[in-house]
Amino acid sequence: MIEPLRHDVVIVGGGGAGLRAAIAAAEADPTLSIAIVSKVYPMRSHTVSAEGGAGGVVKPSDSFDEHVEDTVSGSDWLADQDAVEAFVAEAPRELLQLEHWGCPWSREPDGSVAVRPFGGMRKERTWFAADKTGFHLLHTVFQTSLRYRAITRYDEWFVTRLLVEDGRCRGVTAIDMRTGRLRAIAAGAVILATGGAGRVFPFTTNGAICTGDGMALAYRAGVPLKDMEFVQYHPTGLPGTGILITEAARGEGGILINRDGYRYLQDYGLGPPDPWPRLRAMELGPRDKLSQAFIHERQKGRTIDGPHGDVVHLDVRHLGERLIDEKIPFVRELSRKYVGIDPVHHPIPVRPVVHYMMGGVHTDIQGATPLPGLYAAGEVACVSINGANRLGSNSLPEILVFGARAGAAAGAYAREQRESRRGTLEAQERDEEHRLRSSFLEQKGGGERLAVLRDEMTRAMEAGCGIYRDEGSLRGAAGRLIGLRERFSRLRLDDRSGPYNTELTAALELDFMLDVAEAITHSALARTESRGSHQRTDFPRRDDGRFLKHSMAYRAPGLPRIEYLDVVITRWPPAERVYGG
Amino acid sequence: MGAALTRMTTYRRPVPFAWWLRNRGYALFVVRELTSVFVGGYALVLLLLLRSLADGPDSYAAFLATLRAPAALIFHAVALAAAVYHSITWFRLAPMAVALRVGGRRVPGGLIVAANYAAWGALSVALAWLVLRG
Amino acid sequence: MKEAGTPDRTITLDIFRYQPGERATPSFQTYQIPYREDWVVLDAINYIKDRLDGTLAYRWSCRMGVCGSCGMMINGVPKLSCAAFLKDYYPERVRVEPLENFPVARDLVIALDDFIEKLPRVHPWVVREDAPPAAAEYRQTPAQLDRYKQFSMCINCMLCYAACPIYALEPRFIGPAAIALAQRYNLDSRDEGREQRREVLGAHHGIWDCTFVGECTTVCPAEVDPAGAIQQAKLSEALSRVKDLLTPWGRR
Repeated sequence: MIEPLRHDVVIVGGGGAGLRAAIAAAEADPTLSIAIVSKVYPMRSHTVSAEGGAGGVVKPSDSFDEHVEDTVSGSDWLADQDAVEAFVAEAPRELLQLEHWGCPWSREPDGSVAVRPFGGMRKERTWFAADKTGFHLLHTVFQTSLRYRAITRYDEWFVTRLLVEDGRCRGVTAIDMRTGRLRAIAAGAVILATGGAGRVFPFTTNGAICTGDGMALAYRAGVPLKDMEFVQYHPTGLPGTGILITEAARGEGGILINRDGYRYLQDYGLGPPDPWPRLRAMELGPRDKLSQAFIHERQKGRTIDGPHGDVVHLDVRHLGERLIDEKIPFVRELSRKYVGIDPVHHPIPVRPVVHYMMGGVHTDIQGATPLPGLYAAGEVACVSINGANRLGSNSLPEILVFGARAGAAAGAYAREQRESRRGTLEAQERDEEHRLRSSFLEQKGGGERLAVLRDEMTRAMEAGCGIYRDEGSLRGAAGRLIGLRERFSRLRLDDRSGPYNTELTAALELDFMLDVAEAITHSALARTESRGSHQRTDFPRRDDGRFLKHSMAYRAPGLPRIEYLDVVITRWPPAERVYGG
Repeated sequence: MGAALTRMTTYRRPVPFAWWLRNRGYALFVVRELTSVFVGGYALVLLLLLRSLADGPDSYAAFLATLRAPAALIFHAVALAAAVYHSITWFRLAPMAVALRVGGRRVPGGLIVAANYAAWGALSVALAWLVLRG
Repeated sequence: MKEAGTPDRTITLDIFRYQPGERATPSFQTYQIPYREDWVVLDAINYIKDRLDGTLAYRWSCRMGVCGSCGMMINGVPKLSCAAFLKDYYPERVRVEPLENFPVARDLVIALDDFIEKLPRVHPWVVREDAPPAAAEYRQTPAQLDRYKQFSMCINCMLCYAACPIYALEPRFIGPAAIALAQRYNLDSRDEGREQRREVLGAHHGIWDCTFVGECTTVCPAEVDPAGAIQQAKLSEALSRVKDLLTPWGRR
């Protein structure tokens, strides 16, 4: 009889949010036993790829209210203002905490932390570590986490299911990839910190691991997924690979031009083009509007033909080699390596690519989901502070602020659970083992190929659920997803072995992604308005009367059930989103 | 912080005896290290020379005769090549070991290498003058 | 959407395979795939797994050279497979093997337990006795940041461990990345942990195992220069030892 695994707090995901939550729990109560269960080693988490920076009010000429206002208007008024107020107030403290932990923030000559302009923000408040901010943030928080004895790591354990009993979340089942064995890990509280789901789409800045695992896990446990229709397309990704070219390139003064060398954003309410750079105008407008402008330019035939489709040009030549090497060296490196051009001498070909999920697991401002014992933080969660469109540099402080909140809240909850019985967890573990064997490892017959199904899903989503959608395209996508679900039940794996069966985990990831895609598509169908990054050509106007609400997608037999939850408005009543000027 | 490390069956690839022939970097490294044998050998010859000098003019003359043998000349040629190679690699690696900063910017490696060569040149000239003027 | 390269050109990959328990010895499996000019080795391996052989196991994620997952031996050289372009090998065959000097768990997946165990040994965090300033940052000028910045760029890809012949012959050597990380904190103006780290760096199988082969720096994809970090650590340690000798009472 193998000794069952149990911890007070089990955190699924070892990126910025997960590590921050673990530290917060350990600091709140050193007697807590805390586990981080991640399908990859923590340094591989996708936090590592974030480039531009982290926003936090620090200049005396800035104020919390202005950061709130920028975030709320950037969200097209869908963000919960109480959450945004709390977030904005805690962000600088978290970024400072990171500095004390050794994060190499870029500095002013006098040694104070430097800040730079970023999209949609009226003041300079984005802290940065050259243009590898996420990398430095992740490594700082990972290395700091090594100090805490209370934290145990389960590296390369793939969580397959949440264990729920008596209406409470009691733990997880996970595959230990080293052996292929499934183990249950009992918990007083579970925190989901698994990041986003960009891999549902074919062109994305996201790495291979961003497959919406935590969203699907919660969805299957009856927790609603909120605002899933809001998918952010980052305006400047490299064609083909989708590799991110940070917004900081525009923050430092970069411009976007079409085939005529024209700064086309001035035609879409973001002008006038000069003076430049200018906050909240032109290339420093919000991401949804910039990505939408690309689509219009393409329809007008003003984009540039490239070997991987249409692009526009991001021009940073006028910044000069010295500034490029100092402020955006990684942009230079990526351009040279992956498209073979040197941005000092040539403009960079870019196009919008999927980057971030505003939607996710529904939580309150402490990170608690409606399921007692289950918490969520970071991109997997939707509090919501980002509403219908996220501003650049709000995501890194988000993972810290809500990671810390969820860690503290989960820790407090777990302390109360120490006396509870183990219950039916063993039965659930055996059940899950059986499911994996019969559905995947010992599947007889079937003949569907994993990669084929995955490709079709991504293409269906891009065609039906892209930057611009309508009822027809969405119903098309929904139909294709139903077909794919059915075909998925006839999946045939090549790899039926135990140790490091990455084909099995890829199949489980596709399983999760199909759930996430379903939630996205149906939430988008139900929202018959246009707001932020959800643009319906058949309903082009924002409709605050009916839709100043969050969509809540609940898993149901057949199609998901979509309900609505009012947005919390405190001091900023909905207004028109105005940029440029 | 602990980590859950379940046991796995792994495969350890053996390190071949000729590991240093696997790439140019390794091979040159081993050659560099072997030059120390010749440098050491030369130091031994110098000590023997000094001892023969201390033993008197006959002993010294006899030793100089052995130094003119072909074998000795070959040895000295190889030892000179080894010492020069040793010095060149030493100079090339010098900037990596010392992070000199002047006025907030790092001194370029090329400058440190050049300074080493300059010092070597100057010392060689001075030594040659001392030895040959007599 | 057009793709670069003509579909009739192909390239051949020989890939190391190992299944624990099934066979005692590993083998190589050969795959011939379409050649695309802008593909990296990782794209080729993904093509193989997706279309030809789903049993091939390997690690990858960001495909842009920051996560450090995809280190492999490519034609005998440690590289990130997301940064090794097929066009640099074509039309020759490409041999792909797991990272050298680590035990193989499965196919191209190595066991990195040793590396994970070594990282915390160098106390890779800011060591400080006094409390930080209440609501402000530690002041650090750009020049001070510059002193350690290069060593903070390590993505933990372990290519340096694969390249190091000392680590191959002596697995207890703490290794290039761990020492570079120690130096990153030693040189950080906010840190006061140099003495603590000396116990690890100056001990058995610390910095003195290194004989300055320099291959670690040659293969490093993030330009960390771990060899430089180690030699600088040796210089600093040597000076500290002399200082200890002359002023024994100074050491805490």
